[in-house]
Amino acid sequence: MRQIRFKTLKTFALLGGLLSAATFAGLATAAGAEDFPDRKIQYIIPFGPGGESDISARLQQKYFQEITGQKLIIQYMAGGGGAVGWSQLNEMDGDGYTIMGTNLPHIILKPMGKDPGFKTEDLKNFYYFHYSPDALIVSNDSPFETLDDLVAAAKEAPGSVTVSGSGTQSANDIANRRFESLADVKTTYIPFKGTGAAVTALLGGQVQAEWGYTTVAANHSDKVRMLAVAADERHPQFPDVPTFKELGYDLTGGAYRGMAVPKGTPEDVTKKLSDIFGQINQDPEFREKMQELGFVLIDVPYAEMDEFMAERRKEYEKVAREMGIIE
Amino acid sequence: METLGFMMAAFSPINLLLAVLGVSAGIFIGALPGLSATMAVAVLVPVTFGMPTEAALIMLGAIYTGAIYGGSYAAILVNTPGTPSAIATTFDGFPMAKRGDGDLAVTLSTLSSMVGGLMGALALLSLAPLLAQIALKFGPVEYFWLAIFGLTLISALSEGSTLKGFIGAGIGLLLSTVGVAVVGADIRYSFGSQFLLGGVEIISALIGLYCIPVLIDLVATPSAHLQPPGEGRGIRFTESLGLMWRSKFNSLRSAVIGTAVAILPGAGGSIASLVSYSEARRTSPRSDNFGHGEPDGMIATESANNATVGGGFIPTFVLGIPGTPPDAVILGALLVQGFRTGPEMFTTHAHVTYTFIGGLFIATLLMLPLGLLIGRYAFKSIVTIPKALLVPSIAFMTIIGTYAIRNNPFDVVVMVVLGVVGWVLSRYGVKPSPIVLGLILGPIAEQGFVQGYLMGNASGSVVGAFFGRPLSLAIIAMVLLSVLFPLWRGWRHRSSKETVHGH
Repeated sequence: MRQIRFKTLKTFALLGGLLSAATFAGLATAAGAEDFPDRKIQYIIPFGPGGESDISARLQQKYFQEITGQKLIIQYMAGGGGAVGWSQLNEMDGDGYTIMGTNLPHIILKPMGKDPGFKTEDLKNFYYFHYSPDALIVSNDSPFETLDDLVAAAKEAPGSVTVSGSGTQSANDIANRRFESLADVKTTYIPFKGTGAAVTALLGGQVQAEWGYTTVAANHSDKVRMLAVAADERHPQFPDVPTFKELGYDLTGGAYRGMAVPKGTPEDVTKKLSDIFGQINQDPEFREKMQELGFVLIDVPYAEMDEFMAERRKEYEKVAREMGIIE
Repeated sequence: METLGFMMAAFSPINLLLAVLGVSAGIFIGALPGLSATMAVAVLVPVTFGMPTEAALIMLGAIYTGAIYGGSYAAILVNTPGTPSAIATTFDGFPMAKRGDGDLAVTLSTLSSMVGGLMGALALLSLAPLLAQIALKFGPVEYFWLAIFGLTLISALSEGSTLKGFIGAGIGLLLSTVGVAVVGADIRYSFGSQFLLGGVEIISALIGLYCIPVLIDLVATPSAHLQPPGEGRGIRFTESLGLMWRSKFNSLRSAVIGTAVAILPGAGGSIASLVSYSEARRTSPRSDNFGHGEPDGMIATESANNATVGGGFIPTFVLGIPGTPPDAVILGALLVQGFRTGPEMFTTHAHVTYTFIGGLFIATLLMLPLGLLIGRYAFKSIVTIPKALLVPSIAFMTIIGTYAIRNNPFDVVVMVVLGVVGWVLSRYGVKPSPIVLGLILGPIAEQGFVQGYLMGNASGSVVGAFFGRPLSLAIIAMVLLSVLFPLWRGWRHRSSKETVHGH
């Protein structure tokens, strides 16, 4: 009997240990940037598992270990569309062993409305590594053959074209607003909880189109097609799909993903992290895998971060004003 | 018979070993209150990266299956659901254990889980593409009506006063609005706290509402936690088989309900087991025994929740849309492995898919020997473990489990507060199940309503959107049936009594 009881306890302890190992790893001593990292790094995704932020982080995992010899442990801190994680980042240990995924437009748009517990400029982003370009997607049997067809329908009966997307004041919502003002049309945007639910609505014929990403089209390539992609160039995975620019709409953007460290993290360590993730971005195998999933790689290292963020901010501020988030 | 050949590949020694490991690990994680199946799968995803895709999938499927089943142990033996899917198992499982039938309950749960698991896997094997197409027919409006239908189950789930059931559901609905709204992004009831922005996390609420009152009662009562089993009774396997045979229709119906609910993305094991429980209660000749240790109630919930495993993989594989939360994690793992879901899963990648389905069958069958073995020890150790050790262990697990969901210490606070409030409320007759039902169904109903309203506006007729589709009309009919049936039965009951009196 006693043995059994101990066995149960051991399992309890083992699991407890497993779950908290990464948390307690922060207690070890910090070293200089030369031998950084000398132990595993905790990579917090402020969303649930299975989403695009998770998937792209999982792809980085392997190459991080190849380059540094240390493990990258992915953890989740979901809630409030990322706000729960970002509002706690700066209270975490600033030794470089804790990093957190950050997303655009989320980290710029959220603080513009009501206070979500963090400020955009308080997040110390050190690398932005890719984005999923916005795309206007229809199902394979849709009567809209081209973007012009959709625009014509929306012009004929304003508000009659229904478009699904993930969330309000999200990348999809913004893309729709910007497109509406560029094309001078009115659609009905219907927010869903997450990209998965938005695609389901499209596949089930509940809506006529969906604001999604190239990644969505790559994932459901047998059932949907894109009318246009909001990237500077055509995506190598979809050479036949035009960009919005080609069609006369100045629309580029999407969901950008990068990483940040707690504010107190030393400059040299932050720089080193930026270098490591830059190196991952150059790996041909990594690049190929990311591209196949529909992502577009970008390189914004720590040194160029401020400029990049300022540029994005200007763009989002304009939209936020149109959307009534700010006066 | 190429398919059969692929399925046989699951029987390779290494795959079998992975299935055994996966099921055992799953049972342990599922049995611990606070550690859910989603977490079990997420923790083990990195382990599978180095493996071939088939092997990785078999292991993840096995962990998932084991965890859903393992959740019943805690439900039966401690009265705290090990995973959300096992909520309804506590209703009859624990009363059974309390009167000394814990061994019977564990064996029955094992057999029911196996029946459910096999049914789900069979649906995945034979009807996946068809069922996935049906799932797509469910739009926002249908989800709204389904949530309303779910709320009508309160009358079946509330012990005693239906009014108190509705009060509980109201509390649950109110709690579900806390945080940033999905539609509209309004911040509601956060009281300026950044922690409340993320809303009340369902699993932490569940842990609080079900585990804390049990802990308080354990400490407050001096008697032993469970009756010790009679000597030399073994696992009461023949007796269980007899009970299962008596309830074969119940078990199969519940498995079908479980499969059907799982195919709809967004629902899950918790809803499946609640629906099948109320259905079993409604149709059973022993419906008055439900809630007091009726084996039929437990057979229903355990058949249903394990059927969601296979059922949930249907939209995951065919549409690339996860059917249940653990499926979302497995889908992510598939994408990282370089796999694309969709019809290719059944053509180009048929070898992977069918080997996986074979693995799922194996894992389900393995539950029988492994479950009976582990279950027997679990029962004995819970019975003999002194309260002074049992209570702190469970308390510790609830805290670890709640924290681990999103690494948020505030969730632990919410869990404890809800637990204490839930304990007080249940003293006054407001039970936790209606609260949880409100919490789970609230967001589904709200989003469905707003989305349906927007779509109706775009098409020019809001009324047409909500009442004009055949599928929604069918669900509305179910809602009416569910509301009117108890009224009608009560009326007949009364009038027959009057007749008796009249003579």
